[in-house]
Amino acid sequence: MVGREVGVSMTSTGTEASAAGWDEARLSEQFDATIAKDQRIEPRDWMPDGYRRTLIRQIAQHAHSEIIGMQPEGDWITRAPSLRRKAILFAKVQDEAGHGLYLYSAAETLGADRAELTDALIEGRQKYSSIFNYPTPTFADVGVIGWFVDGAAICNQVPLCRCSYGPYARAMVRVCKEESFHQRQGYELLLTMMRGTDGQRAMVQDAVDRWWWPSLMMFGPPDDDSPNSARSMAWKIKRHSNDELRQRFVDMTVPQAEKLGVTLPDPELSWNEERGHHDFGTPDWSELQRVISGDGPRNVERVSRRRAAHEEGAWVREAATAHAAKQAARTQETARTQKTEGAAA
Amino acid sequence: MTQDWPLYEVFVRGKRGLNHVHVGSLHAADDAMALTHARDLYTRRNEGVSIWVVRSEHIAASTRDEKDPFFAPSADKVYRHPTFYDIPEDVPHI
Amino acid sequence: MSDDHVYLSLAEGHDDSDARWAFGTGFEDPLHGVDQTVPEGTDSAQLAAFCLALGDDALVSAQRLAQWCTAAPELEEEVALANIGLDLLGQTRLLYARAGQVDGTGRGEDAYAYFRDADDFRNVRLAELPNGDFAFSITRLLVLSSWRLALFERLATTASDPVLAAIAAKGVKELAYHRQYAAEWVVRLGDGTEESQRRTRDALAAIAPYVDELFADDGELRTEVLAVLRQVTDAAGLVLPEVAPVPGHGRDGDRTEHLAPLLAELQSVARAHPEATW
Repeated sequence: MVGREVGVSMTSTGTEASAAGWDEARLSEQFDATIAKDQRIEPRDWMPDGYRRTLIRQIAQHAHSEIIGMQPEGDWITRAPSLRRKAILFAKVQDEAGHGLYLYSAAETLGADRAELTDALIEGRQKYSSIFNYPTPTFADVGVIGWFVDGAAICNQVPLCRCSYGPYARAMVRVCKEESFHQRQGYELLLTMMRGTDGQRAMVQDAVDRWWWPSLMMFGPPDDDSPNSARSMAWKIKRHSNDELRQRFVDMTVPQAEKLGVTLPDPELSWNEERGHHDFGTPDWSELQRVISGDGPRNVERVSRRRAAHEEGAWVREAATAHAAKQAARTQETARTQKTEGAAA
Repeated sequence: MTQDWPLYEVFVRGKRGLNHVHVGSLHAADDAMALTHARDLYTRRNEGVSIWVVRSEHIAASTRDEKDPFFAPSADKVYRHPTFYDIPEDVPHI
Repeated sequence: MSDDHVYLSLAEGHDDSDARWAFGTGFEDPLHGVDQTVPEGTDSAQLAAFCLALGDDALVSAQRLAQWCTAAPELEEEVALANIGLDLLGQTRLLYARAGQVDGTGRGEDAYAYFRDADDFRNVRLAELPNGDFAFSITRLLVLSSWRLALFERLATTASDPVLAAIAAKGVKELAYHRQYAAEWVVRLGDGTEESQRRTRDALAAIAPYVDELFADDGELRTEVLAVLRQVTDAAGLVLPEVAPVPGHGRDGDRTEHLAPLLAELQSVARAHPEATW
């Protein structure tokens, strides 16, 4: 939480509220009114426990996704085939670490603790976006991830810039502004490759064929299978349904694919004049289920890499803490000595 | 465990003449590390001329339930807002 | 949902004159206005070789830093190490570009990075050693950045080539930050726990034989840099041991067995598609 409340002890929401003479019904009304007016709920505001818990879980999973998402592309920094691409990719992956940090920071304003969230990720109690459980076997995958995965993330994140919880909305604004370069760099790489050698063009088409369906699955199960969505929408921590966002992504991406000269691997993809949208095939939802429940191609690797970094880094973090404590003690000792000498003088 | 690295709040002044603004938080073992991390995390794109970091526990905040009396509703003191005053468009520098 | 381009909807409800979000596209060109002609009396071949060697140092160092990605001891360090790696990569590109202009071949930065073999590289050997643990990497960073900073400070004012001087001037600001970051960490680790102390002592011992090579026969440079390092090691409660240097010299083409595998990885994709543009 940001700051400690002066004069009031940190007790549960209900106790504080009644101590101050406000009853829960009144507070709940205020909360609902704030949301209805499209205004922000801030860390110090009263909020229903369900709202707090849902937000912590959603923000944490978003943060975990950024951190885990560093891995599939991070692997390619050392092998990027030009210095310019190397720098771009290094900067992009660095941004992802930064995004994870902004989001953990937002979750902490709700009373979560980053170390506990990290444990939850490593122990499999909290999830991250299923898309990062797929492998990146070629450099073209870097381009396609930028185009599809960052594209899908942007579809999801831009509406969240108006979500009801202030710190999350503000984190999203910062993330979106930085992410504008992420999608563009991916697409630009693909443009370059598609104008290049036969080998490069084949690499791009192959990557597109592998990433298209998983990217559609990023938006989650169909609306009918998303029981929690309604409540999140009422609280304005979800602004559009899974299917709405998925449709939006398809409509955006089809013309981009045409410009690129690649085919999207869906024979049912076609413009529907009546609806004003593209019709598309049904993703294999059983695959999404499998990947979410831990059975994707890279689930084990992603989590163990995060665990290894965290565990191997423990001695470093401990050393920093120990040094800080020693410094504080030395400073106190010096102050005490000076005081004594001053008194004696 | 990172819970041994305390939480710091970060404030950045974007350019001369502006106030420091709260941009987020981070974990660091000491003040020097907090400043370094804040510079890397929040001013990577040259977004600041000055950074303040403060241990979160050192921030005293108003209580959420004092909201109404503590923050006088601006609705009845509209004269504090410039839009309250209707000034013809051709008056310069105002 | 707005039918506009997704990014346009970001502007809704956000005051874009807020100077916190000063992104924009106005990047400074560090070589803007610098005369690119090689000055009279400067040995072009020597200048090119020197730029190349300094570029090799930076490229190899940046590669080692990139290998910490997703393995750093804390997320904040991920961001910090990437920052340093990106700075060095930037220096690499400027230095390689200068070498290409001056050596008469007109080669671009990628020709030097991807299509030279280990035998042609002229980096100092300290840069190519494997990352080891965090203590080793950060202590190595301290030594290399302290040395490079001192070198660049000299070049910024005394290099006869104005382009090299400009590159060095830009690098000085970056390297000062790298050195400060590394120094703070070496002190933390040296002072921290018994384990961190032991690891840092081991790091200093492993690095010591490669230090001499940095200074060639520049006694003044050696004195200055060793004094800086001693300040840090004193604060850390440790010592950089005086040991016999490894025979040979990275600048003469002597290598450890570590550079070849590093380059094999770095160059793998580029060499698999030698005619390709990326």
